[in-house]
Amino acid sequence: MNIFLVLTFSGVALGAIYFLAASGLSLIYGLMDVLNFAHGLFMTLGAYAGFEIATRLPSSFGAPTLVILAIVGATLMGALAAGVTELILIRPLYGKPISQILITIGLDLAVVGLLMGGFGSTALQIPVPLWLIEPTHIGGLYLPNASFLAIGAGVIVLVGLELFLALTRYGIIIRAGVENREMVRALGIDVGRAFTLVFVIGGAMAGLAGILYTIVFSGDLVSPNQGDSLLIFAFIVVVIGGLGSIRGSAVAALVVGLLQQYTTFYIGGHSGWAQIGDLSTVLLLAVVLEWRPRGLFGRVA
Amino acid sequence: MRRPFYRSGPLVGVACLGLFIVLPFIGLHLPWVLPGTLDIVNSTGTLEVLALCFMFAGIAVGYDMMFGYTGLMSLGPVLYFAVGTYVFDIALTHWEWPLFPSLLLTFGVSLVLAVVLGAIALRVHGIAFAMVTLAFAQAFYFLVESNPHNLTGGDTGLSLSYNRLPAFLSGAVSNTRNLYWIALAFLVVAYLIVWLVTESVTGHVFVAVRENELRLDVLGVRPFRFKMVSFVVSSLIATGGGIVYILVIGTAVPSVVASTTVTLSILIMVVLGGAGTRWGAVIGAMVYVYLQQYLDKVGAEPSFTRLPAVLRVPLSEPQFLLGAIFVLFVFFAPGGIAGLVVRRRIQRASAATLLSVFKKS
Repeated sequence: MNIFLVLTFSGVALGAIYFLAASGLSLIYGLMDVLNFAHGLFMTLGAYAGFEIATRLPSSFGAPTLVILAIVGATLMGALAAGVTELILIRPLYGKPISQILITIGLDLAVVGLLMGGFGSTALQIPVPLWLIEPTHIGGLYLPNASFLAIGAGVIVLVGLELFLALTRYGIIIRAGVENREMVRALGIDVGRAFTLVFVIGGAMAGLAGILYTIVFSGDLVSPNQGDSLLIFAFIVVVIGGLGSIRGSAVAALVVGLLQQYTTFYIGGHSGWAQIGDLSTVLLLAVVLEWRPRGLFGRVA
Repeated sequence: MRRPFYRSGPLVGVACLGLFIVLPFIGLHLPWVLPGTLDIVNSTGTLEVLALCFMFAGIAVGYDMMFGYTGLMSLGPVLYFAVGTYVFDIALTHWEWPLFPSLLLTFGVSLVLAVVLGAIALRVHGIAFAMVTLAFAQAFYFLVESNPHNLTGGDTGLSLSYNRLPAFLSGAVSNTRNLYWIALAFLVVAYLIVWLVTESVTGHVFVAVRENELRLDVLGVRPFRFKMVSFVVSSLIATGGGIVYILVIGTAVPSVVASTTVTLSILIMVVLGGAGTRWGAVIGAMVYVYLQQYLDKVGAEPSFTRLPAVLRVPLSEPQFLLGAIFVLFVFFAPGGIAGLVVRRRIQRASAATLLSVFKKS
C-alpha cells in the first residue's frame, strides 16, 4: 500500500510536468492550428539555460538560490525562444499550416544540432541543493522533495492559466480565438498579438517543464535530445485530452503520468517488459481514440 | 525546337538509371565531389552510400504518394521501415527461415500492422493524425528497445545472419555490387508502383482527398478507403526499404533504424525535393543522404579545426546545417528542388512564347 501511495505521488509529479509541456502545445494548436515541433526544443533550451545559470554563477549564492534562479532562467529562456520563433519563423507563414510544422521541425533539428556541437551529446549534471535529493517523511511515507516542486509548479501554473484565461482581456481573446478565430478577427481584434502571447506562454511553460524534468526525473542531467523525447508524451497527452483544451490536458497528463508510473513498477520489473510504462501510454491513446476520436475534452466539430 | 519540358523528364530518368546500372564498372576518381575515402566511384564505400541513397529515395517516393498526393502527414513511416528490418532480420537470424518465407512474413506483418494502425489513426484528421502515427511509431521503438524474448537485441541491436541467404547476397565485400543493384531495383519498383497508382483513377481521388475531403464525402465517395490504400501502399514500400537496409548494412540498431529521426529525415527529403512530384522525392533523398555523408566527412577535415569556435561548431554539425538548409527551403522555395526547376522552365518557356509572338508581329 505504501508503495502504491509513493507511486501515485511520483505519478502526479510526472503528470504535472506533462501538463506543463502539453498545455502550451494544446493552446498553440487550438488558437493557431500549428503543431509546434519546436516545443521539445524550448524544453531543452530551458534545461540548458538552467544548467548555465547553475554552473556559471558563483557558488557563494548558495545552492537553493541557484536552483531557484535556474528555474526562473529556464522559464524566461523558453518564453524568449518561443517569442522569437513566433515572430521570425511562424508569423510570415500564416495560412500555411504544413509549412509552419515543417519550419518548427527544421528549427528543432538545427538548434539541437547546435547544442550537440556546443555542449557535446553526453548528458551534463546540474548541481542541486541536498534537500532536493532528500525525501520528506510524511505518515510513514518517504516522498522525494523534488516531486513536491513539480506538483507545486503544475498546480500554480494550472490555476494561474485558468485565471488568466477566465479573467483578463487577453485571456478572453485567446479563448474566443480558440473557438472561432475568424470571428474574433472580424470584430476588429488583433489576433496576431494573441498568437505571440500564446507562444510566449507556451514557451515559458515548456522551459519550466524542461528544467523540472531534469531535476525531478532524470537525475539532474541535461542532454540535447531530452526535450524531443518528452515531446512525444506531450503529444500523447494533448491528443488524449482533446486538442485546444487546457482542462483536457490537465486530466490527461495526470492519467498518463499515473499509468506510466504504475505499469513501470508493477509490470516493468519482469524481463522484456522494461518499456511497458512508455508502451502503455500509447495503448491508452489507441483506446481513447477508438472510444472518443476527439479526445476526453475535445470539442464536437 | 526545344522539347517541351514535360516530356524530357522520363528521358533524363532513364538515362540516369542506365548510368547507375553500369556505375559499379566505372572506376572514376572524383576527389572533390565525393569526400575522403569515398572518392573512387565504384569503391565499396561509395556503392554502399549510393545503395542507401536509392533505398531512401524509394521510401521517399512512397511517402510522397501519401504526403504529397493524398495530403496525409504521417509521422510514422519509420514504424514500417523498422518492421522491415527487424522482422526480416529476426526470421533469418533467430528462426533461420529461408529467404522467401522471411520476405513473405515481413510484408505480411507490415500489411496487418498498417491496416490495423491505419484504421485507428485515420479516425482523426490533420495534425492529430500526425501525432497519433508518431506515437505508434514510438511505441514500436519502445518495444524494440525492451528486447522481448531477446529477439531484437535491445540497445545493442541485432546483426543479420547470412547463413540462410543465397551466396550472392552474403555480407562479403565482393557482394556490395549486388546489394547496390538490389537497392536500385527497389527504387525502380517503388517508383513504378507509385507512378502507376498516382496516374490511375485511385491516384486522382488521392489528390481530391488532399484538396477537399468534405466535397468527396458529399459526392458519395468514401475518402477513408482511399486514405487507407495510400497509407498501406506507402507503408509496404517503407517495409521494402527496411529489408534493403538490413541487407546492405547488416545490423539493426534501434536509435538508427526505429527512432523518429528516420521519419523526420524522410519528411525532409520529400519536402526538400518537392512534395507531390514523385521525381522530386527521389532527388531530395539523394541530395539529403549525399549532404549528410559529405558534411560529416568535411566537418572532420583538419583545416576545419583551425577555424574559430563560432564558425567551427556549427559548420561541423551536419544536423545543424541540414536543419538550416531545410528551414531556408521551406521559407524561400516551398516547392522544393522540383519547384525551382519547374519554375525556371516555365519562365524560359513563357519567354520563348513571348519571343515568338514578337517575331510574328
